[in-house]
Amino acid sequence: MAQKISPYRYREGLKDGLPIGLGYLSVSFGFGISAVGEGLRVLEALIISMTNLTSAGQLAGVTVIVAMGTLLEIVLTQFVINLRYSLMGITLTQRLDSRCNTKHRLFMSFGLTDEIFAVAASKPAPVGPSYFYGLMTLPYVGWAGGTLLGALAGSVLPDRFRLALGIMIYAMFIAIILPPMKRDKGVLGVVLLAAALSCCVAFLPFLKWISAGFAIILCAVIAAAVLALVCPIAEDDEEEEPS
Amino acid sequence: MRPAILLYIAVMALTTYLVRMIPFTVFRKKIKSRFAKSFFYYIPYAVLSAMTFPAIFYSTGSILSATVGVAVAMLLAFFHQSLIVVSVAASLAALFVSFL
Repeated sequence: MAQKISPYRYREGLKDGLPIGLGYLSVSFGFGISAVGEGLRVLEALIISMTNLTSAGQLAGVTVIVAMGTLLEIVLTQFVINLRYSLMGITLTQRLDSRCNTKHRLFMSFGLTDEIFAVAASKPAPVGPSYFYGLMTLPYVGWAGGTLLGALAGSVLPDRFRLALGIMIYAMFIAIILPPMKRDKGVLGVVLLAAALSCCVAFLPFLKWISAGFAIILCAVIAAAVLALVCPIAEDDEEEEPS
Repeated sequence: MRPAILLYIAVMALTTYLVRMIPFTVFRKKIKSRFAKSFFYYIPYAVLSAMTFPAIFYSTGSILSATVGVAVAMLLAFFHQSLIVVSVAASLAALFVSFL
């Protein structure tokens, strides 16, 4: 762990977290609506969002809770759907500065979501606790707030507006992956391959049994492994950012 | 608040937290292997891509409005616009199409 101190402050994290927070607001709004629709109370839906902070896992969790499944079922679904966070966590440890001790990691890991991970891992320099906490703040507020609003207000917002909000979070992903695709053939390859695999899982009937959370990790691991073999990154120590 | 539901939620939250926390906290080595380094370099892009496609086309309830949103997002992202500009513009484009 000889990474130098991160140049990014709390404020920069806050700024980078704003679009994630707005995106979460709309996604969790939908979660709030559906959780209450399935029979949970407003407060229960809110507590789920405040303690879990994960979209696919929460949706699956609500399904098991409402069906009064076993606790083992809850553990297994959450484990499989959220396994990708383990992978992301390991990836992110390679991009942390030296201030990220165990105490900080215990708190930081709570905010390890797909989007927060992607933004933090694609920063050119290593990230530290202050930046990461800044990055977590608005997504957390947006996720909890959106759930509460969705659970309370349900169908007050006209469908047209609610639906248009649904694309925000994905558009943000495009904004993250497209610029590096222009300058790095490996990134271009991995994005195209992962998208192709993901479409196969979604559309080919004999692959339909794969759950959404598991499909993401499966497609991503295959695509990244293939590109790591075919197109390994340049071998020099600190700088892994070919620019 | 129903106690049984609360228990489910607690188990759910604990599982999710442990899956996130253990590797992130325990893993301290600097990865040396070139393959592993490349793999971890590519993983964030692979995850984002797999999450985005094909889901983005179903994100607005209409493939047409979503496709217009995707086009707008790609165009703006190609010219390095910020995350918030790209996502708001895509959403507005999808909203606009829904009025046509």
